[in-house]
This record gives sequence, C-alpha cells and structure tokens, in this order.
Amino acid sequence: MSQKTKAEELETLAAARWRVAAVLTAGTLVSYFGFILLVAFDKPLMGKLLAPGLSLGILLGALVIAAAWVLTGIYVMWANNKYDKALHQFRR
Amino acid sequence: MNPQQAATSIGEPNIIAIVFFLVFVGFTLAITYWAARKTKTTSEFFTAGGGVSAVQNGFALAGDFMSAASFLGIAGLVALSGFDGLIYSVGWLVGWPVVTFLIAEPLRNLGKYTFADVVAYRLKQTPVRISAAVGTLAVVSFYLIAQMVGAGNLIHMMFGLSYEAAVVIVGVVMILYVLFGGMIATTWVQIVKAVLLLAGATVLALMVLVKFNFNPLALFQAAADQYGPEVLAPGKLVSSPLEAVSLGLALMFGTAGLPHILMRFYTVPNAKAARGSVFYATGLIGYFYLVTFILGFGASVLLGRDAIKLVDKGGNMAAPMLAEAVGGKPFLGFISAVAFATILAVVAGLTLSGAAALSHDLWTSVVRKGKAPEHEQLRVARLASLGLGVLAIFLGIVFKGQNVAFMVGLAFAIAASANFPALLLSMAWKGFTTRGAVASMITGSVSAVLFIFLSPTVQVDLLGHEDALFPLKNPGLVTMPLAFLVGWVVSLLAPEPEAAGRFAEVRHRMHVGAEADAPAPAATPAATPAPVPAPRPQTT
Repeated sequence: MSQKTKAEELETLAAARWRVAAVLTAGTLVSYFGFILLVAFDKPLMGKLLAPGLSLGILLGALVIAAAWVLTGIYVMWANNKYDKALHQFRR
Repeated sequence: MNPQQAATSIGEPNIIAIVFFLVFVGFTLAITYWAARKTKTTSEFFTAGGGVSAVQNGFALAGDFMSAASFLGIAGLVALSGFDGLIYSVGWLVGWPVVTFLIAEPLRNLGKYTFADVVAYRLKQTPVRISAAVGTLAVVSFYLIAQMVGAGNLIHMMFGLSYEAAVVIVGVVMILYVLFGGMIATTWVQIVKAVLLLAGATVLALMVLVKFNFNPLALFQAAADQYGPEVLAPGKLVSSPLEAVSLGLALMFGTAGLPHILMRFYTVPNAKAARGSVFYATGLIGYFYLVTFILGFGASVLLGRDAIKLVDKGGNMAAPMLAEAVGGKPFLGFISAVAFATILAVVAGLTLSGAAALSHDLWTSVVRKGKAPEHEQLRVARLASLGLGVLAIFLGIVFKGQNVAFMVGLAFAIAASANFPALLLSMAWKGFTTRGAVASMITGSVSAVLFIFLSPTVQVDLLGHEDALFPLKNPGLVTMPLAFLVGWVVSLLAPEPEAAGRFAEVRHRMHVGAEADAPAPAATPAATPAPVPAPRPQTT
C-alpha cells in the first residue's frame, strides 16, 4: 500500500467502486428483466397459485420491488463502511 | 353529474376537498414565504444551499417521483385488470437502484446545479451545455404537458372545477412556489406532499384491509372469486416481449436521466447523503406502489369494475371512489386534495429544473461565459421560472383532451436516450469527447422524438392510420443503444487530448469529492482552475 502513488491508489479505489456498481446493476437488471420475460413468455406459470389469493406472479413482483430496495441497501452499506473508509485513508 | 351514480359524489364541487386543498396551499405558501427570505443566492435558489439532509431529500425525491398519474393510474389499472398494474409498479421502481449505483455519488461530487455540469466538466462548455439544455427542456416540456393535462382532467372530475380553471390554478400556485421560494420551498412542498400521499394511501389501504382481517391475500382471493383467477395472472399488458423490454429500458434508465430528479442530488451536502437519500426514496416509493396495488384490488372488490368504468373508462377514479366508499365524503375530499397537491408539487420540481437549464446552462455559461454576477443569475432564473410556468399553463390548455400516456413515455425515452448515455460516458470513459457528447445527446433526443412519432402510439392511436413505420410503442430499446453507439464512435473518430488529459481530475473529484479540495495534497491536479469556472460543489 505504502509504495503506491496517490494516482494508483485512486485508480484502485475507482475500479472497486465501478466493479461493485456494475455487479449490483447487473443484479437489478437480471431480477427485473427476468420478471418481465417470465410475464411475457410464461403467463400460466405466473398465474399459478401458491396459496389462496397468492399467485407466483404477485409474489415475484413484490420480490422484485423488495430486491430493488435490498440491493440499494447493500450498496449503501458497502459504501458507508468499506468505501468511505478507503476514501478516508486516501484523503490522509 | 351522473344520474346512475348515486353512490359517488365525484364530479360535484366538493367543499371538503376544496377546504383541504386551500389548507395545503396556504400552508405551503407560508413555507414559500419563509423560504423566500432565505433565498438570496443562486445556490439557495437551485439547491437550497446544499443543506438538505439525506432523509429530507429521500422524501423530496419520492415526492418528485410519485405523481398523481402513478397513484391514480396504477390503482385504476389494478382495479380493472388485476395483476397487470403490478408490472407498472415494478417498472417505475427499478430505475432507482441504478440511480444509486451509477449516478448519485459522482453526480453530487462533480456537479453544481444541473447534470450538464457533469457532462461539460472536462469538455468544451458551450456546445455541451447547449445540447444538454435542449435535452433537459424537451424532457421537462413533455413531462409538464402530461402533468398539466392530467391535472385539468382530474380536478375537473374530483372538484367539479372547469378544466381551464384547474390548469390555471395549478400553474399560478406552482409559479409562486418556484419564483419566490426556489429549491428551499420546492423541497419542503415535496416533503409535505410525500408525507400526505403516503399517509393518505396507507390509511385508505388499512380501511380496506380491515374488511379482510388485515390479510391482503384474502383480498386478492376475494377478487379472484369475483372476477376469476385470471386477475392474479398477467393479462394483455405485456403482449410482446420486445415491447416489454423496450418500455422496461426506458423506465429503468429514464429515471437516471430525469432532470428534476438529478437536480435533487445537489441539495444534499455530500456523496454519502446523496446515496442515503436514494435508499430512503427507493423504500418509500416501493412501499407506496405495493399499497397502491392493494387499493386497486380493494376498489375492484368493494366497488365493482362496472361502477369504476362508469365514472372514468380508464379507471383513474378508482382510488378516490374507494376513499368515498370506505371513509365517506370527508375522506374523498382529503384524497382529492392530496392528488391535486401531488400534481402541484411535481410540476414545481419540473419547472425548477427547466429554469436551471435556461439560467445556469444557457444564460450564465453560454451567453455570459460564466461572468454573470450573482444577482443577474438569480434574476434570469426567476424570469425563466415565470416563463416556464406561463408556458405550462398555455400548453396545458392547448393540449386539452390529448392522450397523455405517450407524452410521459416520450419524456422517459428522451431522458433515457439523450441524458443518461452522455452522463454515464462522461463519468466512466476517458476517451469521451465534446463532439461525442453533443452527437450522443442530439441523437438520443431526436431519435426518441422521431421514433415515437413513427410509433403505433401516434400513428395508429392518435392519427388513426392502419399501421406504423416503427413497430414499438416505446423506442428505448433502439434509441438508448444508438445514443451510446454514436457517442462512442464519434469520440473514437476524433480524439480530444485535452478532455482525456483532464480525466484524472474528473476521477479524483468524482470519488474523493470536493471536501478533499481545500487541504488537498499538492500533487493532486484537482485544484487546476478550468477556463470556465468548473462546477464546484458547495461544501457547507
């Protein structure tokens, strides 16, 4: 660490942030388009009842909304702990 | 109004609704009066001085995004067709994580008032700012028209006021908020509105659920018993996968290109607060959409689809009718007032972002080359707000009776194609050039408008032609990749060494933020003054 120049250190930091952002964006894309494509291609499956009043589609739709919030939360937790600490290190 | 509808008083002048609305307007104008005394600088006018907290901004973001159209429209769609409404709720929400991951922090660290600050950071100011302002004003205009026309229709139905009167009232009150209170007032109006909307929807949902032992599944089951099991399964909304993916792309990345949403990230003091505020906003909006889903089913079970369609074919009155059915006339008045207030707040946010593009990007940076004194910038910003407000009233009246759905679709498609690609490329790619940025933004806005014009929505639904040249209703699937591609190819054709050379500075500021600037280590290039005052976030 100590041998690295400031510029290299920043590059590592930037790369880490973009990597985390890319993985989480991909997660969001997969969950959302997975849901939409299931709706488009397999309507009977989405209409399958898991319990009285609860179809698979409703469950998955609610889960995609929840997943969006959870993924955002994961990012905020990562950024508040790991990333901000590394930034703090860098600033010194 | 409607002889067959003894059960609902929608469409008649509703004293309680008007009183609630006057209380809301009076209260928010008091906020505006308070804010006006604090709004002396451009930074206070555009970004509330950067002193908004993450929680406050989370509510304000949610307020900016939860329009009456999504509240009434989704509830109506669920009431009439069941499950399909959930597809919309999901689509409107999933843009938010993308905003958090890719946009919020770099935007906060690089920009000052508008997203053009970020795109123009290491590029040539004049061409970039002009094209960014064109994209912003296009998005803002179409979104404004949709909101104003929606407002006119809604208020006409709920309060019994005339369409024109409703448009003028919305326009005038919105001008007052923005003109005198700037971002400080607009933020508080958004917060008050978001709280009222969330509280109103929650109380309404609880009043419905109490009839089903607080079990949403019992409610869904009741709907399935009444209308058949298909209400719990996807219906006609997604007929073609390509169409669905295209709309999904526009919704997802459009959110990350909406000027009035992006502008909110400058109201918080730093990147940490920016990311936190999207987290709160995502939670609030997601919760709101799930509640709206319950309201839709509640309306279809408790009121019946026929009664809802009798009042409005599109089902937009489902939620207010439900309010009257479970809570009587006073509650209908409350929900109507909240819906009116909702439009007012969204329109104010839009106007402010349009005014920022006109004043900060076009006047201050392009016309005056960054040399306009503070009081002049503020005067231009106020004139721009006034002009946009008057324009909004005018457009609202001119477009009376038009289908507004395609205008919202257009606003999102332009935001996703013109703004988002240029924004992302300027932050993430060293090789991005001035020409590339301009080409990408112009391609994005022009192709989105053109393809919507050639789409079935305009050609078949509006103009009544047999078929359309462009097959998709929403052009996002084509125009967004096109804007990326054009930006990339044009940048490769003619590299811009100065822009690439300043990428290190961009990366430094984007990640480290402005806080590190003052005592910055001598080696960092971040302190190099730019030819035009570089957008410099406020450190409070």
